[in-house]
Amino acid sequence: MNSPLLRVKDLTIDIPVGGGTLNAVRGIDFDLNRGETLCIVGESGSGKSLTSLALMGLLGGRIKRTATQMDFDGIDLTKANNKTMRALRGDRMAMIFQEPMTSLNPAFTIGNQLMEALLLHRNVGKDAARARAVELLEKVGITAAESRLSQYPHQLSGGLRQRVMIAMALMCEPELIIADEPTTALDVTIQAQILRLLVDLGREMNMAMILITHDLGVVARVADKVAVMYAGELVETGSAEQVFNAPMHPYTRGLLRCIPQPGKTERGARLGTIPGIVPNLVGGVTGCPFRTRCDQAVAACRDAIPHRKPAENHRFRCVHETGHQTAEAAV
Amino acid sequence: MLNFILKRLGLAVLVAFTVSFISFSLMFLSGDPAAALAGETASDQDVEAIRVLYGFDRPMLVQYWDWLSSALVGDLGESYYFKLPVASLIAERLQVTMLLGLCGISFALLTAVPLGVAAAIRPNSIIDRVALFLSVAGQAMPSFWFGLILIVVFSIQFGILPPSGTSTWRHFIMPTIVLGYYAMPAIMRLTRAGMLEVLSSDYIRTARAKGASEFKVLFKHALRNAIIPVVSLAAVQMGFMLGGSIVVESIFALHGAGYLAWESIARNDLPTVQALILVFSLFYIVFTFLSDVLNAWLDPRMRAG
Repeated sequence: MNSPLLRVKDLTIDIPVGGGTLNAVRGIDFDLNRGETLCIVGESGSGKSLTSLALMGLLGGRIKRTATQMDFDGIDLTKANNKTMRALRGDRMAMIFQEPMTSLNPAFTIGNQLMEALLLHRNVGKDAARARAVELLEKVGITAAESRLSQYPHQLSGGLRQRVMIAMALMCEPELIIADEPTTALDVTIQAQILRLLVDLGREMNMAMILITHDLGVVARVADKVAVMYAGELVETGSAEQVFNAPMHPYTRGLLRCIPQPGKTERGARLGTIPGIVPNLVGGVTGCPFRTRCDQAVAACRDAIPHRKPAENHRFRCVHETGHQTAEAAV
Repeated sequence: MLNFILKRLGLAVLVAFTVSFISFSLMFLSGDPAAALAGETASDQDVEAIRVLYGFDRPMLVQYWDWLSSALVGDLGESYYFKLPVASLIAERLQVTMLLGLCGISFALLTAVPLGVAAAIRPNSIIDRVALFLSVAGQAMPSFWFGLILIVVFSIQFGILPPSGTSTWRHFIMPTIVLGYYAMPAIMRLTRAGMLEVLSSDYIRTARAKGASEFKVLFKHALRNAIIPVVSLAAVQMGFMLGGSIVVESIFALHGAGYLAWESIARNDLPTVQALILVFSLFYIVFTFLSDVLNAWLDPRMRAG
């Protein structure tokens, strides 16, 4: 197999806050091949969005990003300057944000904003850019695309705006698309539509996709790979099959207990919950961040946590070899 | 957009009529105009004669209609003091005031907006601190004091700028700076606050994610949104400046409309005062209208309203 499109090793993000450093993301590793969909799941504040912004080079100036490796198609992103990143952003890697209501500039027409994405990176005329904008608006299922170009964001509904955002991200046919909870702000009825659209277009254009979500139902349907984040760490990664059928980390198992599964969950049965709250990440974080909420926790959870590899491409971090407390570990 | 402009225009005309009525009735608020005109030593018969001569004995609405219909064709009556048509008197004085006002607001905008943007790009940087210092100083210094200091330094000490008069463009440099510097702090702070807010918004992140250059992010995506409140503020200040700054005009001996207003109030020259109030209010109305149109052009969401 060729080298992956994206390879991230030991990505760490530190945010200076009053009275210390917030270790928001610690030691993230993952690979992504062309055409693959990676879903990053985890609860709010686990560092999912920060990770995606770090890949795009869009973290604010005060936030510190370090990584031993962060390569995009052979380009070392850790050393890339602003000019290189600008050339990549919007052209070869594009991003779709969570808030379609506020992510479009209210002062410019849809057409202007769509065309800008192409005009910034390609040496094409306005007519060609306009034609491309119409083509993509049609592709994302917007009717009367031609007349939409002269409309302003406030004239469109949230669902339409998110479709425009998707069209905008696709203008230059990026190789990697990062979608940060693209459907969270939308009505439940159109969440599925938008997601289906995104995934179908991704497959059609053979794009690699990082889909950030906390909706495990979505993950089960679209993911090739799954990465589970907890409090800034990647606690488990693997293929969708591995993570869903053989979850190893106690947190992953807890998450899966929280969603009903057709055929397995009985009618009227209580869904699982994970008690407790996410730990404070200011100051040094040692040991397993999940230990305060984990039903398998032992004293050794305060020490360094080993990386375990139960199968090819399946990794998790836990003191227990199987993710369960066993007789000898309890001693 | 055309619809919006027509609506606003209709509104502006209505406001103008209201203002004209108020400025006309001011004459009756300040006591009996006939008595004021006749002077303190006049007998009752004299006052009554003047009342009839000037038509003050007629019902107020009739007088208003009389005044308004002449005002609409450019006849604002005759000044009691100068014995000249008020319209030509004001027109002459307004030239000076308008030139000064335009220079003043341009100076204010050209210094305040770039400084505000620069301060917002790097909050708490040295530029931000300098901008803050300049705006606090501008707000704290009274115009008359600042004007006198400029005269002392540039006219008396160095002798490079004329201290008073209107004959060349060099006469307008110091008045422009004094008048403009008065308006600058508010515009600067508003630009800075607007830019800071806009720069942290989601659509700026979208623009960056598209690969837009920092220049495009700042001046295409951010400034257009941040400048909207500044336009409204500048319009009000522009109206204020064209209302004539009595202080600046007296210090630099510019015989403008503000100076005329002050003189006419002191002399009880009612037709002139009335006409000036009307003209100054019309300036406010015109600039508010223009700023509404400009804002609607900048922000499409306003066009519906």
